[in-house]
Amino acid sequence: MTTKTLTNSLYDWVDERLGLSELAAFARHKTVPVHAQSFWYYWGGISLFLFLVQCFTGVLLLVYYRPGAEAYESVRQITFVMHFGWLIRSAHAWTANLFIFAIMIHMFSVYFMKAYRNPREFGWLSGMALLGVASVFGFSGYLLPMDELSYFATKVGLQIPAAVPFIGPAIASMLRGGPDVSEFTVQRFFALHVVVLPAVFLPLLAFHLWLVQRHGNASPPSEEAKPAAERKSIPFMPNFLRKDLAMWLISLNVLALLASVFPWALGRQADSLVPAPAGIHPEWYFMSPFEMLKLLGAILPGESGEIAGLLLFTIGIALWVLIPFYDTGKPSGQRGRAAHYFGLLAVFALLATTVIGYWTIR
Amino acid sequence: MSDPIILNGAPIAQPERSYLEPVVEEPGEATTRRFFLGAAGAAGLLYAAALAYPIYRYLASPEEMASEATAITEVTLKDAQKLPLASVLMFKFGTAPAMLIHHEDGRWVALSAVCTHLGCTVQYEPQADRIHCACHGGVYNPYTGANVSGPPPKPLKLFKVAVNDTGVEVSRT
Repeated sequence: MTTKTLTNSLYDWVDERLGLSELAAFARHKTVPVHAQSFWYYWGGISLFLFLVQCFTGVLLLVYYRPGAEAYESVRQITFVMHFGWLIRSAHAWTANLFIFAIMIHMFSVYFMKAYRNPREFGWLSGMALLGVASVFGFSGYLLPMDELSYFATKVGLQIPAAVPFIGPAIASMLRGGPDVSEFTVQRFFALHVVVLPAVFLPLLAFHLWLVQRHGNASPPSEEAKPAAERKSIPFMPNFLRKDLAMWLISLNVLALLASVFPWALGRQADSLVPAPAGIHPEWYFMSPFEMLKLLGAILPGESGEIAGLLLFTIGIALWVLIPFYDTGKPSGQRGRAAHYFGLLAVFALLATTVIGYWTIR
Repeated sequence: MSDPIILNGAPIAQPERSYLEPVVEEPGEATTRRFFLGAAGAAGLLYAAALAYPIYRYLASPEEMASEATAITEVTLKDAQKLPLASVLMFKFGTAPAMLIHHEDGRWVALSAVCTHLGCTVQYEPQADRIHCACHGGVYNPYTGANVSGPPPKPLKLFKVAVNDTGVEVSRT
């Protein structure tokens, strides 16, 4: 038997049992639309790549990280004692930021291309759920080094659930594991970060990716308006995949540069008796909601401001999540335009409050 | 390389060939193709090495720290001169367990406490005047470290002992 016949018979054996040729046929027939906005199609893939990097670097950090009372000491060890520990920690922290950034780009491009419309409502909903889980990933991971910044960020961040009427304080102390941020908080945030959140995120991600295979990439309304014969596309295998992988490589290079040239800092150990450092501020992706709450608090002082802020957030997020059920029309009509302006308003509000937030850091 | 653009509805212009079949090249294309594949392979290897090296060093850190610790040739046991007769002090020589025995007759002996059979930590038994390994019943002489009975193939390693007013110094011979 030659090598070729051996490979073929091995392939046939596996194929008969797993149906590989059906998958191969599916991949061969999959196409991706080509148009002026095609660039935005890469951002879902970039987000996926960054998630894989997080899994990988996360497991590496897990090798030496110790939650609980020793949390800070173990991160100090990873950063300053273990060879290249600083690099792995820096890569994990930078990727977390790039991941949120890529998801945001992905979300807004989906929004403005109106890719949430029939039949892709579940794609939009699962994507929003993934963004929600990703921000809890960010929030819980931020505490784990237990330095000054993470201590105060968690203290302040938990004020938001605490502001929910009636049940808020109970939720906040349940998350904290006591009246103040302590080693118990680190321990439960750790469990959340490495067990609970991945267990929620992975099935959601699988569902999201399956939907993309099922419905394919959505074309923007400007493309859909063209007669079918004028729309262009390229084969996924290998043409789009090649471009996708090129974007992954670019992402890896950007990440390697950021992580090695700007290593992530480790502050002083958290100490509840030491006052908060000057100029302390939330991570950029939490800056906008933080600033909105601050602005509302200035207009409506006291508890009423907090509750009004939460109410406004809840309504805004609910409208955003439910947009596929409002803007359903295939030919963009009145509702399509309204959704577009709502999107522009959201982008403007996010950018403006983020800028104001950074502007007013003292 | 340009992508085959498909107009919607038209059949995909890709040949339905198996990926296992070799690619047929036109003459003259072969060298550029081979050069490109070689360069891409080399770049891929460089990337793999650049990723693998820091990860290997990171994971190997405790191993390296341990080998620095094994390089230690001398340990000072503070206040160990107060050790009563017919008793033992367990301590770490580098990373490995070791024992300091103050015998009934006043003699001081320091030995490795790692059984030469399968690496269990051995125990000094003053009543029986022996060193015993509970794992497989190995027995050693508590003065010389010689393997007396049971499976141990070699004697326990003996260290040099110097007793002074502030403690006991144990060093490699």
